Amino acid sequence: MNKDALPRWIDIGLLPLINLAAALVVSGIIIAIIGENPFVAMGVMLKGAFVYKGALGYTLFYTTNFIFTGLAVAVAFHAMLFNIGGEGQAMIGGLGVGLVCLALDSLLPPLLVVTVAIFAAALFGAVWGVIPGWLQARRGSHIVITTIMFNFIAASVMVWLLAGMLMAPGQMSPETRSFAEGIGLPQIHDVLNAIGFSVAKSPLNFSFVVALLASFGVWVLIWRTRLGYVIRATGHSERAAIYAGHNPAHIIMIAMAISGGLAGLMSLNEILGVQERVILNFTSGYGFTGIAVALMGRNHPVGILFASLLFGALYQGGAELDFEFQTITREMVLMIQGLIILFSGALAYLFAPLVARIYFRLKAPSGGGNG
Amino acid sequence: MHKKTDLDTGGAGKAPPAIYLKNIYKSFGAVQANRDIDLHVNAGTIHGIVGENGAGKSTLVSILYGFYTADRGKTEIFGAPVKLRSTADAIAAGIGMVHQHFMLVPSFSVLENVILGHEGRGSLQTGLEKATSELQNIAEKYGLQVDLHALVKDLPVGLQQRVEILKALYRGARVLILDEPTGVLTPQETQQLFEILRSLRAQGVTILLITHKLKEIMAVTDNVSVMRNGEMVAHLETQKTSPEQLAELMVGRPVLLTIGYDSAQAGDICLQVEHLSMRDDSGKNCLRDVSFTVRRGEIFGIAGVSGNGQSELLEVLAGISVIDAGRVVIGTTEMNADNPATPAEVKELGLAHIPEDRHAVGLILPFTAAETAMLGYEERGATRNGGTFLSPDKITRHCEKLMTDFDIRPADPNLKSSLFSGGNQQKIVVAREISARPNILLVGQPTRGVDIGAIEFIHKQLLALRDAGCAIILVSVELDEILNLSDRIMVMNAGQNMGILAREDADVQKIGLMMAGLENAGEMAASVASEQEGGRHE
Repeated sequence: MNKDALPRWIDIGLLPLINLAAALVVSGIIIAIIGENPFVAMGVMLKGAFVYKGALGYTLFYTTNFIFTGLAVAVAFHAMLFNIGGEGQAMIGGLGVGLVCLALDSLLPPLLVVTVAIFAAALFGAVWGVIPGWLQARRGSHIVITTIMFNFIAASVMVWLLAGMLMAPGQMSPETRSFAEGIGLPQIHDVLNAIGFSVAKSPLNFSFVVALLASFGVWVLIWRTRLGYVIRATGHSERAAIYAGHNPAHIIMIAMAISGGLAGLMSLNEILGVQERVILNFTSGYGFTGIAVALMGRNHPVGILFASLLFGALYQGGAELDFEFQTITREMVLMIQGLIILFSGALAYLFAPLVARIYFRLKAPSGGGNG
Repeated sequence: MHKKTDLDTGGAGKAPPAIYLKNIYKSFGAVQANRDIDLHVNAGTIHGIVGENGAGKSTLVSILYGFYTADRGKTEIFGAPVKLRSTADAIAAGIGMVHQHFMLVPSFSVLENVILGHEGRGSLQTGLEKATSELQNIAEKYGLQVDLHALVKDLPVGLQQRVEILKALYRGARVLILDEPTGVLTPQETQQLFEILRSLRAQGVTILLITHKLKEIMAVTDNVSVMRNGEMVAHLETQKTSPEQLAELMVGRPVLLTIGYDSAQAGDICLQVEHLSMRDDSGKNCLRDVSFTVRRGEIFGIAGVSGNGQSELLEVLAGISVIDAGRVVIGTTEMNADNPATPAEVKELGLAHIPEDRHAVGLILPFTAAETAMLGYEERGATRNGGTFLSPDKITRHCEKLMTDFDIRPADPNLKSSLFSGGNQQKIVVAREISARPNILLVGQPTRGVDIGAIEFIHKQLLALRDAGCAIILVSVELDEILNLSDRIMVMNAGQNMGILAREDADVQKIGLMMAGLENAGEMAASVASEQEGGRHE
């Protein structure tokens, strides 16, 4: 009687929904305690995330960030590596974008610059991921520790550069000059308006398309390529991978490079999609939330898309909540997010035994026990 | 006392049976793990339960020890009806259990392990002192000598098992259940265990021995019950049965316990090992100056007590470990300390490997059978044109073919590897490696934890592969398996080659002495035999 016996639709469909419901019930109770009507609050949040003018665009904009960081965590996790360093890898990815754009924006046509910048985002992130990977593979330094440390190093490097040699001349805030006119990603609302759909303005940009492509790419990589198979084999049993003729050290570094590259791509959304310059702390914790996204999405790209949408809606709807109610502050919204992470991440299997018992009672003719 | 083993006669005037089960049923979902089980174990006897993996032995034992509650049925312990709802109920009823995988804290001492859960109130010191004297009594009474202050992790496996037995007795067990107790033991440790069981029986302890090894049933039990497909199919007196009869009852058809052996047609030398030495990670010499050659078309058996270098030797040949001195020549390719080969390179030379540790190495348990069946052969077996992308169709078809050819059940390529029985898991590994058509096949413990039907099948496959011209190197702690299959036998002790015997010259006595590390034991045994004969002549 183990969870192996539970069908997939329960494991990756029903259980996450139950976890989400549990988090919302607890949130509702707390909102009721501070004197607001939880159902009204929920309505505001949903409208804020999906219904108000431009809301959906904002929700999908945040979703894009979570897709990248969630995929990053998932790819590493398939090799049994817990990559906590998405935050730092995204920062350094943004640095790569910035360096390319600042160096080339006056020399090359914008389309070419942006294309190079996209590759730079992935490459810089990959390098920042592969160093802890190398330390793990060759020196046995635990990846959790090193990736956390590399977040701090990345943050310090960004401050040093943005307050120093990359700071725009005559500026007081730690940020670079703006990129030249035309250096940036196409905005989705511009594209849709151009082809005749009337859509409200939002920061949603071409990065969203990249994120969807990356999701498909990760699915192909993990389940349809030899490399993905070897990554999973190494993750489940290093000794079996060695026996089969693979080198776990290589696989660990490759998996961390891919993971870091995906995290690095997150910077496209903020740097090329919105800011069109490099600013400090543009990652705002998306790298860390990616861990919860991957956990909730069971490390599968489809699950990660749904989990990212949920967190995107929470970010956007939560901001609306903060705006509408005097009593509900930004911190309260963070707490709701925290509850969702708690129930869907840390307590992911809290309800599994109960569900299993009910399932087997309802549907006796299936499942199996080993005698 | 056990002349008659009629089931339903509790017997007037006799002591009540230690265990009496009637009409026990237990199902998991649709799977009926136990169906209408009756069992009658006389007090003060050793009673065996045999059956293949999945026959329902473990479920029955779990019911007796309170892990599972039976759906239906009656349980009596020493004549008293009991409801065993938890292990605490079972312990209170006087039942003790020695699990297949020990439940000990490695970094605790023997004493600390024994009192775990019975520490007593207040100061730990008083509890420890009380337990010490009590344990010394138990140890003396039953002949179970163990250093109470040794750390469990420092003890050999046989002694760890003894600690488990002590633990059960300390908790007042009068009925001791042992679940596959010899799976992890060497032949010597197995004999010691049987001595302990006999002395426990002499002191009135009742023993229920769960195993799939018929030899052990014949060696130590008074009565035996046979299970198949969740049912009891026979209750027999051990003296009046035979391994052949038991095997037939277990499997449901006649089984060949020793496979028909035809002499080999050995061909050219295809593997040479010269002066091979290796240290392990802790610096111990695990291989010392080992030399031998293997020809095509022969099975080269390697005998030895577990842990005398055989596992390391296999890993060296498979390219997993790097040697310190000497050389290995496969075909015309040499590997040595300066030019080590990787597993992938060795595979290219036509070498396949059935590893000793099926769960951690041979299979990837969370993978589907189809994914496990391509492990190590991704390029040939699973991709479109040997490229980057996998072909799910090809993977499934490859697995389906293996499942048909090797009779793997259930024949479902999408079932997780962990959900197959031990025998079928091993068949997946054997099928995968044999289907690669190797020139040289390394085989480690091919039938460990594998049921009788599958053992017969695997042995046949190995002989067929040998006849097709493959060189097979067989490492096994089952001496019978080595003797049955091998054309030549090398015996290892402390990492050294103690001698190589031709099949005709090999017998258990000679090999046993060589396993124990006696130099020239082969000749010694021979000379002892001839002296004895000489003595008779005079």
